Amino acid sequence: MSRLARQSRPLRRRAVRSAAAAAAAALVLSACGSTDQSAQTEDDSSDAGSSAEQGSDTESGKDSQWFDQAVFDTQDEQRGATFEGDPEQPWLQYIDGEMTDTQQYAADGAQKACFANASISNPWRQTGWITMNQQLEVLVDEGVISEMETRDAEDDDNKQIADIDYFIEEGGCDVFIISPNSTAAMTPAVERACETGKPVIVFDRGVETDCYTTFIHPIGGYAWGIDTANFLAENLEEGDKVVALRILPGVDVLENRWAAADQIFSEEGIEAVDYFTGADPAEIKKIISDELAKGDVAGVWMDAGDGAVAAIEAFEDAGADLPVMTGEDEMSFLRKWEETGLTGLAPVYSNFQWRTPLLAAQKVFAGEEVPTEWVLPQTPITEAERADYLADNEGMPDGHYAKFGGEDLPGYPEVWEERQIP
Amino acid sequence: MLDQTGRQTPSRRPLPAHEGSAAQRFLTGLATPGGAVFVLVLVLLLAVVASNPTFGEPDRLVRFLARSTPIALIAIGQYFVIVSGEFDLSMGSVIAAQVVMAGNLIGQDDSRILPVMALMVVIGALVGIVNGLATTLLGVPSFIVTLGTMLALSGLVFYLTGGAATGNPTDTFREIGRGGLEGVPGIELLPYPLLILVAVSVAAWWLMRRPYGVTLVATGDNPSAAEVSGARVWWVKTRAFVLSSLSATLAGIILVGQAGVHPSVGRGYEFIAITAVVLGGVVLGGGRGWVLSAAAGAIALDLLFTLLNFRDIPATWRDTVQGVIIILAVALAGRAWRGGLRLPTGRRRTPTPSRAPDADDPTPAAHPTHRPPGHHQGEMRP
Repeated sequence: MSRLARQSRPLRRRAVRSAAAAAAAALVLSACGSTDQSAQTEDDSSDAGSSAEQGSDTESGKDSQWFDQAVFDTQDEQRGATFEGDPEQPWLQYIDGEMTDTQQYAADGAQKACFANASISNPWRQTGWITMNQQLEVLVDEGVISEMETRDAEDDDNKQIADIDYFIEEGGCDVFIISPNSTAAMTPAVERACETGKPVIVFDRGVETDCYTTFIHPIGGYAWGIDTANFLAENLEEGDKVVALRILPGVDVLENRWAAADQIFSEEGIEAVDYFTGADPAEIKKIISDELAKGDVAGVWMDAGDGAVAAIEAFEDAGADLPVMTGEDEMSFLRKWEETGLTGLAPVYSNFQWRTPLLAAQKVFAGEEVPTEWVLPQTPITEAERADYLADNEGMPDGHYAKFGGEDLPGYPEVWEERQIP
Repeated sequence: MLDQTGRQTPSRRPLPAHEGSAAQRFLTGLATPGGAVFVLVLVLLLAVVASNPTFGEPDRLVRFLARSTPIALIAIGQYFVIVSGEFDLSMGSVIAAQVVMAGNLIGQDDSRILPVMALMVVIGALVGIVNGLATTLLGVPSFIVTLGTMLALSGLVFYLTGGAATGNPTDTFREIGRGGLEGVPGIELLPYPLLILVAVSVAAWWLMRRPYGVTLVATGDNPSAAEVSGARVWWVKTRAFVLSSLSATLAGIILVGQAGVHPSVGRGYEFIAITAVVLGGVVLGGGRGWVLSAAAGAIALDLLFTLLNFRDIPATWRDTVQGVIIILAVALAGRAWRGGLRLPTGRRRTPTPSRAPDADDPTPAAHPTHRPPGHHQGEMRP
């Protein structure tokens, strides 16, 4: 079940490296070298996805290798689930379920946390990383955590494995916090961390083991796909065309978003064509303007909000009617959405989850039980709520995420406004 | 370019390309790879319009050309480097770095537009100078030098952004790429990028007719010969690299408006530029090709991708098509330039070994003695 909760973004650092490799290949073979290809991940599943999934005429919806009806149903149900805890503190809410007993980890005094981070190479992760550090400040002041040693894997599986092993061997860690870079590749390293007998907290993307103390994630990619596709289906007519802009193939949480949405589109009789953009706004504009040349485009679906503004601008530049559109809770999209007045929805991959691992560590050291699979709320921002989120985040930069959940932390709002990335 | 052969002494037979009436010369020109690309543009345009008639409307055409402007600009920039016998792989990274800088430094403050643009030009020129000097003075192959610059700049972009998008700069600055002149008869909007493209094309065409252009081609054709005939090869090539980085800078400025600020902007553009240049019939290795053909190559490439899209061919095929084009164009152009400009068989000129190199002749190509063995050049072959 763990794979359904992975969050993923374009992996820039890797793009640089593969562009270098591509450079060598291009002049030797005089072939290759262009946009989407260089955004490949080393994800174990990417090879299957990169070619087979592209284009609108390939297997889709139920037939897709990324579609799992059981998970679809679970997440569909969780969208309407009741969450335990205070709705004012969604980062501590969870769906009632199995709990992990942590009395064995109860400890006095400040403990050392070790954080193996996949990367901070996209605005979503950067926002979360800032929030996490402000949360850390609070816990250090309270004497719960002595320090947090962080290693950034820079989107590299091998580096993250080395980081985790370093923590195990030399870190002197009291708790491992891991935000995995990819699911399968990170599993053995997480298992090694579990074998140390220290608590292991996994969040965001998952791993294929349940040795962790708690695994923290929002509902997941299917829920995103269901929310967004339902919204488009409600606001469009049967036979309308939707252009789906996808960042990159082969990353399961993104694939799950699309698989779920595509399934609903086909059920509702909506014609959907999908493209990989690498989040490149120039590419997005080309795609939209070519699609507009072919015929009317009634809707735009995105698997992540990066580049939403470029998509809207493409309609403006072509003088076409603005589409019904789903983006993300990134400020750039919320602002453009309000400015243009289009019919839209901002799905959310709850950014406030970056607070939860440290708060979970606090509970663990206090010997309090924590949910074994800690499913956080994941509620899209609707047009009615938009104005509030815009007002609350007025001074925030475009790459900020509205549901970052750090309003009660020290340093708010300057730290987020100035993007003080530690 | 044919300029270098235009100075041959009257005792030699003129080249086929210089013979006959204007119409005949035009047709001969079209038969060269550099001319054929214009035919290709026309054919592709007709094919695109056939699949999608609205594409033929003036408004749509103008918008399409504006959209293709960044790659046409970098194709022109890459032309200068390729025709001088080198490569510039750093263009995509230069674009990304300039786009990110514009986003970070200009922000929402209109008064910063001009200073930041000046800074961008300085940085563009600096990158070109570093590429050029490392290639010429240090003797590192340009392939490696510009690969290094590409990685260094990518690293810089990553450092500046952490790999994530920063906000778009003020709309006034983005107007350069997004805006245009209104009230032009026949079309809604005449986009600024298109005006920039026309201006740059004219300037590039003019530059290639100047002594610098002639020397540049001669340098690409045979650097040793150019050196002995008095050209400062290192400086000629360095300036080509500067022109290339500056064209990438200009493309970056336009892309900030057209697309927006994102570290992925410009990714892969160096290959698009190289593809466009070879599609324009410019010979890799230098010494052959016309600058406007490179720009036409860029337009042809974009038309081809649009055609593939209109025909519902998945975008996955784009890389493959690009690769095949590079191979075919390089193979064909090399042969065709030789064939097209060679004197017909049977009318071959007899070699004139007795003719001493003319010291006053500024055209390096007239010094066959300095040609390294194996360096083919059609019209000079015995």
